[in-house]
Amino acid sequence: MNAPINIAGLLKKTKAVFRFNGGVHPPENKAQSTQRPIGQLALPEKLVLPLRQHIGNIPKIKVAIGDHVLKGQLIAEAEGTVSAAIHAPTSGTITAIADAVIPHPSGLSDRCITITPDGKDSWIERQPQDWRKDELAPLVKSLRLSGIVGLGGATFPTQIKLRSANTAIHTLVINAAECEPYITCDDMLMRERSEEIVLGIKVAKRLLDAENVIIGIEDNKPEAIKAMRMATENTDIQVKVVPTLYPSGDARRLVYLVLGQEVPHNKRSTEVGIQVFNVATVSALYRYFEFGEPALSRVVSMTGNVNQPQNFEVLFGTPLRHLIKAAGGAKRDTSHFIMGGPMMGFNLPSDDVPITKAANCIIAASPTLFEPPPPAMPCIRCARCADACPVSLQPQELYWFAKSDNFEKAQAYNLFDCIECGACSYVCPSDIPLVQYYRYAKSEMIALDKAKEAADIARERNEFRLARIEREKQERAAKHAARAQGAKTADSSEKTTAPNDKQAAIAAAIERAKAQKAAENTKPKNTTHLSNTTKAEIAAIDARRASVGLTETKMTTNEEKQAKITAAIARAKAQKTDANQAANETPIKNDALAVDTEKQAKIEAAIARAKAAKAEATKPQDKGVQTKPSADAEKQAKIEAAIARAKAAKASALETKEQQAKED
Amino acid sequence: MLIALYIMLGLALVLGAVLGYAALKFKVEGDPLIARIDAILPQTQCGQCGYPGCKPYATAIANGEADINQCPPGGDEGVHALADLLGVEYKPLNEEHGETKPKMVAFIEEDICIGCTLCIQACPVDAIVGAAKHMHTIVASECTGCELCIAPCPVDCITMNPIVETPENWKWKYPTIPIKPAIHL
Amino acid sequence: MNRSPYITNAPTVSSIMFKVLLALMPGIAVYAWLFGGGVLITLVLATATALVTEALMLKLRHRPIQPFLSDYSAVITAWLLALAIPPLAPWWLIVVGTAFSIIIAKQLYGGLGYNPFNPAMVGYAVLLISFPVVMTKWPIALSMVETKLNFMDQFHYIFNQTLPANITIDAVTSATPLDYLKTQLKLNQSMEMIQSSPIFGVLGTQGSEYIALAYLAGGLFLWQQRVITWHLPTAFLGGIAVMASFFWAIDASQYANPMFHLFSGASMLGAFFILTDPVSGPTTPKAKLYFAAGAGIITYLIRVYGGYPDGVAFAVIFMNICVPLIDTYTQPRVFGHEK
Repeated sequence: MNAPINIAGLLKKTKAVFRFNGGVHPPENKAQSTQRPIGQLALPEKLVLPLRQHIGNIPKIKVAIGDHVLKGQLIAEAEGTVSAAIHAPTSGTITAIADAVIPHPSGLSDRCITITPDGKDSWIERQPQDWRKDELAPLVKSLRLSGIVGLGGATFPTQIKLRSANTAIHTLVINAAECEPYITCDDMLMRERSEEIVLGIKVAKRLLDAENVIIGIEDNKPEAIKAMRMATENTDIQVKVVPTLYPSGDARRLVYLVLGQEVPHNKRSTEVGIQVFNVATVSALYRYFEFGEPALSRVVSMTGNVNQPQNFEVLFGTPLRHLIKAAGGAKRDTSHFIMGGPMMGFNLPSDDVPITKAANCIIAASPTLFEPPPPAMPCIRCARCADACPVSLQPQELYWFAKSDNFEKAQAYNLFDCIECGACSYVCPSDIPLVQYYRYAKSEMIALDKAKEAADIARERNEFRLARIEREKQERAAKHAARAQGAKTADSSEKTTAPNDKQAAIAAAIERAKAQKAAENTKPKNTTHLSNTTKAEIAAIDARRASVGLTETKMTTNEEKQAKITAAIARAKAQKTDANQAANETPIKNDALAVDTEKQAKIEAAIARAKAAKAEATKPQDKGVQTKPSADAEKQAKIEAAIARAKAAKASALETKEQQAKED
Repeated sequence: MLIALYIMLGLALVLGAVLGYAALKFKVEGDPLIARIDAILPQTQCGQCGYPGCKPYATAIANGEADINQCPPGGDEGVHALADLLGVEYKPLNEEHGETKPKMVAFIEEDICIGCTLCIQACPVDAIVGAAKHMHTIVASECTGCELCIAPCPVDCITMNPIVETPENWKWKYPTIPIKPAIHL
Repeated sequence: MNRSPYITNAPTVSSIMFKVLLALMPGIAVYAWLFGGGVLITLVLATATALVTEALMLKLRHRPIQPFLSDYSAVITAWLLALAIPPLAPWWLIVVGTAFSIIIAKQLYGGLGYNPFNPAMVGYAVLLISFPVVMTKWPIALSMVETKLNFMDQFHYIFNQTLPANITIDAVTSATPLDYLKTQLKLNQSMEMIQSSPIFGVLGTQGSEYIALAYLAGGLFLWQQRVITWHLPTAFLGGIAVMASFFWAIDASQYANPMFHLFSGASMLGAFFILTDPVSGPTTPKAKLYFAAGAGIITYLIRVYGGYPDGVAFAVIFMNICVPLIDTYTQPRVFGHEK
C-alpha cells in the first residue's frame, strides 16, 4: 500500500479478478510454522473448558464435581437456539467448576469446567449417522449435540448456519483464504487432510442443498492449492485462487472475490443464497457425522518467538503452557502472547489460559518481533486509511467521531460495517490506533442502546404502576361509596328497585369477604408440622416485626401469648447473637449451648443447607447481576449465621415447650 | 384598485385555507415536547430532581418550572441532550440534586429481610418481587438504581451494588496514548 | 492495552514531509542557478523563523516540542512561502510572513493536523495585501542582466537594502510576465507585442519556466513515491488548461495560450506542493478532483479578471473553505450499500 509505485509493474497486464477497494500486504511470516507437519500433543495434566467459547447463550452444565466422564461425553448442553454444546475432550474426572481466567481481551474470569485426564482416553459409544442418505432435518437437529462452531474465528454455532433459511442456498463458499500473517492452521489442514475436507464439503452441500461449491484460496499456499485440486478432481467443486491480499479472508470480501457479488450490509449472506464455511469447520462436520465424534480439538498454529514454531492438533481446554512447551518453549525475550494474528489478535492476560474453540493461532510476541508503536501524532488527513479500507469506509471521519464521542455521526458513517481488520491502522503515518477507537465507539453505542431499551422498559413499568395505583384508589373509592350506599339502602331497601340489585351484589360481596375473614383463611398456611428450625425462624421474624412496631392481628389468645413469650425470648437471644455476630463473623461458641451441640450443629447445618436450597428454588429467577450465592465463603457465613440463630431459637423453643407442658 | 383588493383577499383566503388544513391534517396529539424530553431522561424514577418521577420532571421542564440540570443519573450527556433539544445554553449539573454515580443495582440481604413490603410499595418500577411475610427480592434486570427502597426498609437490609463486569457486558476502553514521545529521524 | 494491529508499514509523518522537501530541491537548485543565491538566504531565514516560532508556540501551548518540531511540516511551510515571494525581498518580509503562517495560520488553530487553511498561502496572502510593492519586485534571470548581482550583493540587499554603486534596483528586477501581461492588456497592447518582451521565455517566464519544469519533475517523484495521488495535480493543471484553452480559442489576442499559464506563476508549484497539503485539503478522491479543479478555475479567473497577477494563493484559500462541504457530498459508496 505504501510502497512506491512500480512503474514497470503498471505496464504488465493484471488478472481480471474481482477486487475490493483497498487491502494491504503485510509480511506473511507463514514459512516458520509450515516446516513441520501438524503435531500431536501428549495429554496435558488438566483441561480447562470455558463455558463461553462461542457466540450465543452459555450452555447448561450437565456434570458435577467428581463425575467421571468419557471422551466425547456431553458435559454442557446447548441452551436456547443460538448455543453450542461442550464435550469432554478426553476421559477423566471433573475436578472443578469455577471461575478461571479465559482468553478474552478483557482479561476477566469466567465459569470453566476443569477435567483431570485419567490417561486412558476412553471414548463413549459413538453414533455415526448416514449423512448421505438420512433425512436432513434430524441430521441438522443432531448438530446441537455436536459442539461444532465456526472454526475460522467467529465461533458461530454451526447448527444455525445449516438450518434451512427462508431462501435456498445456491452457492456454498468454502473459506480457505487464511489471509492473516503467521496463521497457517488451515494451510496445514488442507495439505494433510484434503480428502476429509472434501467429504466435509459434501456433507455441508447436502445439508444446505446447495447447487455450487467454490473453495477460495489465496495464492500464497501453492501446496494446499495442489492438494485441494487433487482432492476435488472428480467432483464439481471449484477451486478458485485469489491474489494474496489482506483481508481477503473476511466472509463478505471472499464472496465478492469469488462470485463478484456484494452481500448488502443489512442482510446476511444466506439471505442472498450464499453460505460461507471455514475448511476446518466442514472437516469437523464430516468427523461428526461419519464417526460420531463431536468437536473435541482443533489445529492451532503456535508460532512467533518460540523455538520450534509448528501447528498442533490441540484438545480444547489444553493450557497454553502445554502448547508452548511442545513448540520448544518461548524464547527468553518473549514479553506476552497474542491470540489470533498480528492484525486482529489480542493480548492474552497470561500464559495460564486454555485453548478454546476460537483459538486459531497463538503468537509469542517480543519487542523485536512487534515493536511498540510510537505515541500517536495528530491526524494529518492524508486519507491513506480510506484508501486501505476494504469496506470503502472513511476511517479518518470515524476516528474524529469516535474521538469526540459523536456516536450519531459515527453510525451515519457506517461504523458498524467496520470489520476491525486493522488495515487502516496498518497504514497510518501518525501511528494512530484507529481500530481501538472504533471498538470503543461500538462498545459504547451498544451499551447506550441497551440502556435506552432498559429505560423504555422502566418507563413502561412506572406508568403501569402509576396506573395500577390509580385504579386501586378508584376501586377503593367505589367500594366505600358502595358501602355507604349499602348502609343507606339497607334502611330503605323497599323503596329503591334498580339500584337494589347492584347494592345486593355489593352487599353479598362484602358478606363473603367477612365470612372469609371469619374463617381461618387469613392465618399463615403451612403452620402445622413445622420443624423446630422453621418455627424458630418464624418466631425470630415475628420478633423483629414486633420490635419495629408491626403487630399481628386476628390471632387466638393462646398463640398470641405464646408468640409474645417466644418473641421476647427470641428478641433477647437474637440481640445477644447479633452482638456476637457483629464482633466476629464466626459462629458463636456459646458455652451454654456448646453442650452436645456439635452433632446438632451438623444436623442443623444440613437443615440450613437444605432450607437455603429450597429458598433458592422458590425464589423467582433473577438473572443478570445478582452475585451468585455459590461463592463458598458467603454460603459458609450464611449457614453459620443460620445455625447460630437456629440454636438460639431452639433453646428458647425448648424452654417454652417445657413451660407449656407445665401449664398444661 | 379593486383588483388589488380582490387579489389580496384571495391570497389571504387561500393561505388561510392551507394553514387550516395543515393544522388539522398534521395535528399532533398531546404535547410532544414533554414526550421528547421524557425520551432523553434516563427513567431512573429516583426523584433526585425534586419531582416524583421522570415524567413530572419532563412536564416541569416543558412548563419552564424546572431547570435542565437537575438530573444526576442522566449525567452531563443528559444535560447536553436537553440543552440541544430545547435550544438553551448548557449548564453543569446542579450539585444540590446529587452527583452522578455509576449505575448500581439494589440487593436485599435475605437473612435480614422481614417481609414487610415497604420497599415493594416504594419501588417506582415494581422491580421488587415479594409479598407480606414472604421473602422479598430485587429483580436485578428491572432495577434502575433509584435507591428509593433503601429508606423505607426498617431493618436496613438493602444495599446498592455496582454492576459486576463480566465478559458479556465488558466494554472496550477509550484508547489511551502513552505520554513518552518518540524521536523520529 | 490491546493494540492490534501489532505490525505497521506506515511511513512516519516526518518521512513523508522529508520526501516533499527532497522533491523541492531540484526546483530550488535551478532557481539558485538561474537567479542567484538570494533564494537560499530567504530559505534559511524562513526555516529558522519557522522552527523558532513553532517551538515557541508549542511551549506556550504546553505541548511536547520534540515530535512536532522534527516532523518537518513547519519547514515545508517555510520553504513554500520562501519560494513564493521575491528572493530579493527584505529579510523582514520573509520573517513576518513565516511567523504569521506558523503562529496564526497553524498553531493557533491547533497545530499539526488542525489548520483549515494552507499556512504558506495564508502567509503569502497577508504579505501580498500588506506589502504590495515589495512583493512585485521579481529579479530578472541572471542570464539576461548585464550587471549581475553576485551572492554577497544579494545578501547585502536583503539585509541592508544596499546595492553596489553602479546598479539600481530597477535594473535587476522587473514585473513577472503575468503581471506585465495584465498591465499591458489593460493598456490595450496586443498579445504579440506583449509576448515579444524579453522576459517571456519559451513556455513561460524566461528562466522561471525551467524552475516550473523542475517542480514538475519533483512532483512526479512524489507521485511515484505514493506521497501524493494523481488527482490533485491533474485536476488543477487540467482546470487551468481547460479555462485557458477555452478563452484562448475565443480570442487569442486577449488571452495567453494554455502552455504559458501552465508554466508561469505558481502553477506547477501549486499543483504538486501547495494543493497537496493533506491537512487543509480534501480526503476523498472525488473531492480532490472537485477541489483542485475549482482552484484551477479560480486561479485562471483571478489571473484574467482579478486584481492580482497570480491567483493560486487566493484560489487555494477559497477552496480550503469549501473542503468540508465537498467532502460531505463526495463520500464514496460503501461496500454492501446502494448508491
